[in-house]
Amino acid sequence: MNTPSNAVPGSPLDLQPNAPAVVSATRPIYWSIRREFWENRYLYIAPLAVAAVFLFGYLISVIHSPDQLRALVALISAHHHEEISGPFDISAALLMGTAILMSVFYCGEALHGERRDRSILFWKSLPVSDVTTVLVKASIPLLILPVLVSAVTAVMYLLMLLLSSVVLLGTGGNVAMLWAHVPILQMSLLALYHLVTAHALWPAPVYCWLLLVSGWARRATFLWAVLPIVAIGGLEKLAFNTTHFANLVGSRFIGATAPIASTTDVFPTNPMTHITPAAFLGAPGLWIGLGIAAIFLAAAVRLRRYQGPI
Amino acid sequence: MACIEARGLRKAFGSTVALDGIDLRIEEGRIVGLIGPNGAGKTTALNAILGLTPYHGELKVLGRDPWKERDQLMRDVCFIADVAVLPRWLRVSQALDYVEGVHPRFDRAKAEGFLAKTTIKSTSKVRELSKGMVTQLHLALVMAIDARLLVLDEPTLGLDILYRKQFYDSLLNDYFDRSRTILVTTHQVEEIQHVFTDVMFIDRGRIVFTCSMEEFESRYLEVTVHPERVAAARALKPMHERQMLGRSILLFDQVDRQQLTALGEVRTPSIADLFVAVMGNHSGVAQNKDKYEGVTR
Repeated sequence: MNTPSNAVPGSPLDLQPNAPAVVSATRPIYWSIRREFWENRYLYIAPLAVAAVFLFGYLISVIHSPDQLRALVALISAHHHEEISGPFDISAALLMGTAILMSVFYCGEALHGERRDRSILFWKSLPVSDVTTVLVKASIPLLILPVLVSAVTAVMYLLMLLLSSVVLLGTGGNVAMLWAHVPILQMSLLALYHLVTAHALWPAPVYCWLLLVSGWARRATFLWAVLPIVAIGGLEKLAFNTTHFANLVGSRFIGATAPIASTTDVFPTNPMTHITPAAFLGAPGLWIGLGIAAIFLAAAVRLRRYQGPI
Repeated sequence: MACIEARGLRKAFGSTVALDGIDLRIEEGRIVGLIGPNGAGKTTALNAILGLTPYHGELKVLGRDPWKERDQLMRDVCFIADVAVLPRWLRVSQALDYVEGVHPRFDRAKAEGFLAKTTIKSTSKVRELSKGMVTQLHLALVMAIDARLLVLDEPTLGLDILYRKQFYDSLLNDYFDRSRTILVTTHQVEEIQHVFTDVMFIDRGRIVFTCSMEEFESRYLEVTVHPERVAAARALKPMHERQMLGRSILLFDQVDRQQLTALGEVRTPSIADLFVAVMGNHSGVAQNKDKYEGVTR
């Protein structure tokens, strides 16, 4: 029973190098993103489910009182503009809330789950670097979710508009007027702008902090993520009786202080002219936040190199 | 070029020394069994080789520094860790897609061929598979990668004997081609000792014994000594002596076979017997010795 034991080490045949294999740098990135969607199916199920529920509700409302819609469209003026676009704004706000929730939960789990179920040993057995893994995970809340959710928003806008049009046609309303006053392309672009600026780039340090803690904590990641903030905020309150730190973190988190538009009301149906991308990009707060986020990510990459299963 | 070369490899966790200056050299094309008691440093040594843990000392795997170049190294190295580590949410088809996507040397058709011989369906999720099937899946993925070094850390732990045998059979028949190197740690030594070309014993973070199987077979002999010849046998300085069913079994290193035949029944010892002898002689492991005799008998 010693069949294979007569291999001669170091014979010329044994030293045949493997053919050089090339894999483009983008392939591991692409497949790492796919992996995140396989693992976290809620990333696409949740926004679709929210959109579906909202559409269903909207369907009931327009069928239930078609005359109201017709009357609204007939009365369209600057004054009634908000009433006609109201449901559209609410739907967009719901989806944005979903995006924020998903980002928070995703980041709190991202580097924890693979350690808990020991699968980190499988992922690390493949030629994908820690940098790629961590950056792909960070890109989910910072880039991919905003784009995905605004795409869902756009599709939902379109379906709502089509639905309204059908009902209007049935009741003899003015469809052209409706389409003229609900500019869904512009509204969708505004949703994208809002999501990327106020809910991804501005709160980037919050998401990256969560990612870092998820890669560090053995359990109770959210507790460890929130505890230092509560501690610092409490200390400040006791020592100086001020709440600057808590305000700073809170405003970052909900994107309230982001200088993304010239009005405080930045709902998507506002005209495009109100947005201030230059002011946003020029805000020191954005770049300071991104710098801090980058430090957190670098720490997360370093941690993942050292971390094994828990 | 040596596949793995280590000099003065050290690693401590706090005050616990896991690797206490390991020197080793594994040539390409070998199947090496790394054997040692629990806590001897086996897994730490493998983790260092795989770039999963930092270390002190010199270590080169296929000419690379594993800690600094893990992701590059993983193009040429595969490993299966002690228990099934495939994520439970992964579908079999997704596992194939993913490895094909990120690994330049993965041959999907080959992996599908291996899977076709099992009862694993491509639509199944890992959570739906039995432990044996998960190991089969992992092995199918790994064997379809044209790697130069395969590291197996207790790959068959918790599998029944049929799966264990199948595991090593496919490894030998379908994978090993004498240019690849395989490094295995296991407690089920006797089942796979015929697979090895070399064995290494590790204890308390040190390599205490290294030997090729050819050397092993020619050097070591075990004799079940006739009761009246025990004194004569002991005079030949056995490296180890144990009692079984009232008879003395003595293990000799480099003693002439003719000479031993006169003393009793002579046979080649198993690796487990030699392990117990080496560990017994190695200072302060008496407690392990008892345990291992219990396990391996």
